[in-house]
Amino acid sequence: MAYSDKVLDHYNNPRNVGSLDKGSANVGTGIVGAPECGDVMKLQVRVTEATGIIEEAKFKTFGCGSAIASSSLATEWLKGKTVDEALSIKNTDIVTELSLPPVKIHCSVLAEDAIKAAIDDYKKKQGVPAAEPAVEVGAH
Amino acid sequence: MQMPIYMDNHATTPLDPRVLDAMMPFFKDQFGNAASRNHAFGWQAEEAVETARKQVASIIGANAKEIVFTSGATESNNLALKGVAEMYGERGNHIITAATEHKCVLDSTKKLEKHGYRITYLPVMADGLVDLDMLRESMTDKTILVSLMYANNEIGVIQPVREIGKLCKERGVLFHTDATQAVGKIPVNVISDNVDLLSISAHKMYGPKGVGALYVRRKSPRVQLTAQMDGGGHERGMRSGTLNVPGIVGLGSACHFAAAEMAEEAKRLRYLRDKLKDRLLSELDETYVNGSMEHRLPNNLNISFAYVEGESLLMGVTDIAVSSGSACTSATLEPSYVLKALGAGDDLAHSSIRYGIGRFNTEQEVDYVAEKTIAVVKKLRELSPLYEMVKEGIDLTKVQWTAH
Ligand SMILES: Cc1ncc(COP(=O)(O)O)c(C=O)c1O
Repeated sequence: MAYSDKVLDHYNNPRNVGSLDKGSANVGTGIVGAPECGDVMKLQVRVTEATGIIEEAKFKTFGCGSAIASSSLATEWLKGKTVDEALSIKNTDIVTELSLPPVKIHCSVLAEDAIKAAIDDYKKKQGVPAAEPAVEVGAH
Repeated sequence: MQMPIYMDNHATTPLDPRVLDAMMPFFKDQFGNAASRNHAFGWQAEEAVETARKQVASIIGANAKEIVFTSGATESNNLALKGVAEMYGERGNHIITAATEHKCVLDSTKKLEKHGYRITYLPVMADGLVDLDMLRESMTDKTILVSLMYANNEIGVIQPVREIGKLCKERGVLFHTDATQAVGKIPVNVISDNVDLLSISAHKMYGPKGVGALYVRRKSPRVQLTAQMDGGGHERGMRSGTLNVPGIVGLGSACHFAAAEMAEEAKRLRYLRDKLKDRLLSELDETYVNGSMEHRLPNNLNISFAYVEGESLLMGVTDIAVSSGSACTSATLEPSYVLKALGAGDDLAHSSIRYGIGRFNTEQEVDYVAEKTIAVVKKLRELSPLYEMVKEGIDLTKVQWTAH
């Protein structure tokens, strides 16, 4: 399989590899995937609490080149965004940017999931209820 | 050193220039049809085919009359399984094979299942070998055929063929072996191994692609097959179609050189393979050989580098051609079923690399491959959240993963 130049570039020069202190109150950590599926992504963000802006993003990924590139790209995009803006990053944006072929779309989905998981973790630590289960109160 | 380095000799081997030389005349002036009985063009072609038939027979200890030329091992395996099933279907409908066989065997037996045959897929032990007791117990009075490969294409593990053959003979069951990876690499003898049918492919032994053979025993017992390709009745009616004369000459020539050089070459390959293995295992932690080291082709190495995914590893060694048992390299998204059958766990199957050292690899190349692999594994482990977790003392089997 041929890789796009952008995938190769992220694979050869991955951005923001590393780990942040997961015990810290302003760090959100997302770990998604499973070893037996062949990919696991760990994505972390450090947020300035006063502004809600992501100062730093780090990743470590076990997975194919496209998975590594998707998470590396995600860390680049996260930096400087607010936590709410971060949630607007869609897997399709990653597919387009990296020119991922159909069999690699799951890598971009995983990266989107990792972003959501990291932001959720941060919000939980900050005492903000997780955004995700948007259950209508009246519905019960 | 010429780049890139080819070290995927279980997938295919380069054509030996000596084999090409032997083939060339049959692409040019000697283009006759081996079935043309009434002119010199035909006689020349026929003579070349018969010389090749002897060369092929000789490398497996068979008689030339027992060799049926085919388009490769896929066809040979299809012909053996379906041809025997059809011919002996009255006598019984049960066939035994193993979980680690090549796809072309497993897909043939799957098709036979649709036609009412009962197939037993033997599991293998952790070292990749079939359990002979289990084989014995699986045989019934309805069993007509046992098909077990000689040496595995992914892990190079050599089955106890002689014992299997003996067992089959005692029970009056036909024994077919897919010897695609074994012939030309290790001594194979259909008489002492008690083999009734045996598949061969030229392109795994420095011959051309698209040609192979099926050995079909003629004496004690005389094996019969129902042809799967109907037509002019070539190859004693077992495989119709104008013979691929240059290809067959190439197969014969490949057998000739492999037989002449096998003992020396096996020693050289084993030395190189062991050197590669020793370097990888001594310089990298959490690195495991898949399959038995004792019962193994001298040129095969299949290793799992834990916490590193196979495809990303291949991507880092673009100047080396090897292959991975990981999901992502194939369209199926399933990791290697051979490694899964060993019970290694999907995570280790995803982390595996197969090295197939060949006739044209040098020691310098093996050293380069070892160094390069070590460097890339180290780099990817820096990137691996799993490696980091393990180093922190986390038991990965206890983690709640979000499978997707
Ligand atoms: C064990 C085994 N059997 C069968 C085959 C198929 O051989 P061919 O490519 O000649 O059809 C191969 C090669 O892929 C093989 O390794």
